[in-house]
Amino acid sequence: MKLRIIVTLKNGVLDPQGKAIQHALGSLGFDGVSDVRAGKIFELEVADTTTDDQIDEMCRKLLANTVIENYRVEKA
Amino acid sequence: MKTAVIVFPGSNCDRDIAVALESVTGTKPAMVWHGESELPEGLGVIALPGGFSYGDYLRCGAIAARSPIVRAVVDAANRGTPVIGICNGFQVLTETGLLPGALMRNEALNFVCRDVELTVENSQSIFTSAYSAGETLTIPVAHHDGNYFADAETLDRIEGEGRVAFRYTGNVNGSARSIAGVLNKAGNVLGMMPHPERRIEAAHGGMDGRRLFEGLLQAVA
Repeated sequence: MKLRIIVTLKNGVLDPQGKAIQHALGSLGFDGVSDVRAGKIFELEVADTTTDDQIDEMCRKLLANTVIENYRVEKA
Repeated sequence: MKTAVIVFPGSNCDRDIAVALESVTGTKPAMVWHGESELPEGLGVIALPGGFSYGDYLRCGAIAARSPIVRAVVDAANRGTPVIGICNGFQVLTETGLLPGALMRNEALNFVCRDVELTVENSQSIFTSAYSAGETLTIPVAHHDGNYFADAETLDRIEGEGRVAFRYTGNVNGSARSIAGVLNKAGNVLGMMPHPERRIEAAHGGMDGRRLFEGLLQAVA
């Protein structure tokens, strides 16, 4: 089973990289970009028997720092 | 006093902290490899060095925090052994949950490498007893991810409990409330972004960092 795990900073946590990218888009002439949030994507190939609880544990224990980040799991 | 320095692949300040500990305690620290699962007996202090453990992959300090030896460090910290984490060591301590919050990319996105001024906020801890509250120190920083973040409730709590050890006098990295160093609730774990081990002899331009280790030795011995 393929998993795609998307990790993003929580709302309200300032994202300095996102802000820099937003400014760069503005300087390229793309007006109206009011916000950019940078994040990470992990693509995992896991056994079909892997449970949702195990996937959640992988995210909470390692892939995301839940002090500052949210995660979302997509199954392919 | 017996001390230990945890050695991670990619860390580059393990020797610096070892030199600082040896020059103050008179005894060479045990250098303990990350893959070990047990610490030497009878340690007075455990140090997590600065640098770039595991190349900072995933997040700074994240992979080191899940290494076998750090599980032993967490157990020792929970039993009351003093633990100091400097720079990447601070990041490791927040990733283990021993200290609250997280270290994010510097607000201005640049790597900051220079001397900074710190204010001593709490001079009652085992790490800060050689300083006076309100005193200003000069200690170098060198980091890309030193922007301390915690939610407002956590910040209020740690401030109320006197757990902010040091604050930047000018905020170099965007840290919440200019926090440069944090203690755990029991007071035996300190994480800080500045490098006191780089200010231990006159040739470094000052001894402000040395006093941290001298105070710690006195408090622990």
